[in-house]
Amino acid sequence: MGIRTLIVMLVASILLIAYLATRDTYSLFLPGLLQGAVLTAEITVLGCLLAVAMAVLSALGKLYGPAPLRWLANLYIEIFRGTSALVQLFWLFFVLPQFGVSLEPFAVAVLGLGLNIGAYGAECVRGAIQSVARGQWEAATALNMTRLQMLRRIILPQAFVAMIPPWGNLFIELLKSTALVSLITLSDLAFKAQQMNQTTMKTIPIFTLVLLIYLVLSLLITIGMRLLEQRAAKGLARGRTA
Amino acid sequence: MTDRPMVRFEKVSKRYGPLTVLDSLELDIARNEKVAIIGPSGSGKTTVLRMLMTLEAIDDGVIWVEGEPLTHMERNGKLIPADRAHIRKIRAKIGMVFQSFNLFPHMTAMANCIEAPITVLGMSRKEAEERAAGLLEMVGLSQKKEHYPAQLSGGQQQRVAIARALAMRPKIMLFDEVTSALDPELVGEVLQVIRRLGSEHDLTMLMVTHQMGFAKEFADRVCFFSQGKICEQGPPKAFFGNPQNERTKQFLHAVLEAG
Repeated sequence: MGIRTLIVMLVASILLIAYLATRDTYSLFLPGLLQGAVLTAEITVLGCLLAVAMAVLSALGKLYGPAPLRWLANLYIEIFRGTSALVQLFWLFFVLPQFGVSLEPFAVAVLGLGLNIGAYGAECVRGAIQSVARGQWEAATALNMTRLQMLRRIILPQAFVAMIPPWGNLFIELLKSTALVSLITLSDLAFKAQQMNQTTMKTIPIFTLVLLIYLVLSLLITIGMRLLEQRAAKGLARGRTA
Repeated sequence: MTDRPMVRFEKVSKRYGPLTVLDSLELDIARNEKVAIIGPSGSGKTTVLRMLMTLEAIDDGVIWVEGEPLTHMERNGKLIPADRAHIRKIRAKIGMVFQSFNLFPHMTAMANCIEAPITVLGMSRKEAEERAAGLLEMVGLSQKKEHYPAQLSGGQQQRVAIARALAMRPKIMLFDEVTSALDPELVGEVLQVIRRLGSEHDLTMLMVTHQMGFAKEFADRVCFFSQGKICEQGPPKAFFGNPQNERTKQFLHAVLEAG
C-alpha cells in the first residue's frame, strides 16, 4: 500500500475516534482507554528498542562471535523464539521472584516482550547481513579494513535497508503482544477495555474504540517504517551494483 | 636489496576438496613489473590474484611480498601461519580492482575513495579528499564526485574503483578481469587509465585479462596458466609471436579466432 493511502487511513481513524468522542455512549470510555493506550505505547517503544539491541547483538554474536558467544546467542534465540511470550512474561513475573529477583511489572513487560521479539529480529538481522553481496566484503578486505570497520561502515548500512520491512512487522507484532501484559497486573489498553466491559457491558462502543486506537498505533509504526525505508534506500535502491 | 622480488609465490598450492586449482606455483614478480595472466577459465588465474589479496587462504607454500612473508610470520626462525594483524600489515601494500567493480553502493564516488584512507590509514578528511580529488581527476571523473555508483556507467564505476584502490597508495595493484563486465565501447576508457597508471606511477601490476591486444602492448611478461600451472611465460613479443607450448598455441588460436 502506498504511503499516501496509509496516511489517509490514519487520518480517517483519528477523525472517526474524534467523531465518536462527541457521542455520549463513547465519550465516557475514551479518557480511560487513552490512558491505557499511553502505557501500551510506552511498553511498545521501549520493547522495540530492547528488541533491536538484542537482535543486532545476538545476530553478530551468532555470525562472528567466538564459540561461547555463538552458543549463547543461539541459546537465546531458540529459547525466546521457541516458547510463548505469555509464558516468558509469567516466568519473569512469577518465577524469578522465587529466586529472589523481583522486577516491577512495567520492567517485566518491556523485558519480556523486547527479548521475545528480539529473538525473531535476530534472524532477520542475520539474513539481511548475509544478503549483502560477497564482493562488498572483498572490496573492504582489499582496502585493508578490519572486520569491525567493514561491518560498521560497509555491511551494516547496506543490510539496514533490507532489515526495515521485516522490522515493521515485528514492531507491530510487539504492539499487539502488549495485550498480554494485562495478565501481569498492568493497566494497558486491553486491560482497560476488559475492565470497562465487565463493569458496564457496553461492548460495542468500548471494543470499537479499542480497535481504532490499536489501528492508529500500528499505522503510526507502518508509516514511520516506510519513511525510514525511503530515506535509507536513497542512493542505494537505484540499482545495487552486482 | 633491490634484486628482491616484489612478490614471490613459493610452491603455493590451492585445493577445493579433491580439485587442485593451483599446483605448487612458483612465480617471482619484480618491482614495477607488469605481468599479464591469461588462460582458459578454471585454470587458476584469478585464484592467483585472490590469494595474493588474501581473499583465499592457501593450502601449501608461502607468498612473499618485498621479502616478507604474507601468509606466514616468523617466530623463532620458523614460519607459522600469519595472524590477522600480520596479514593486515603486509596487505597494506596491495590493492585490487574487481571484475564486478564492488563499489560501495551507499557512498558517492568521492566517499568511496576517502572511506579507507580515513578509517584505515587515519588520514584527515581534508587530506583524504584532496588525494581522492586528484585521483578522480586522473581517471577523468572530476565531474562525477558526488554521484552514486548506480548513477555511473560501468566504465565510470570501474574507474572510480581504480581511484579507490590507488587512494591507499599500494605498491602492487591487482586487476581481475576488470573489463569483462563492461560493454565493449566502455573497455577502452578503463584500459586507457591503466595504461596511464603504468607509465606515471611506480606500481607493480598483475592483471588477469582476456584482452590479448592489451596484454601484448602493456605487459612486460605474459604468463599462460592451464590446469593450475604456468604452462608458458615470456615477454609478449616472444609469447604471442612464437609460442612453444602446444596448449598455448591452441589457446591463442582459439582466442584469436573468436576475435
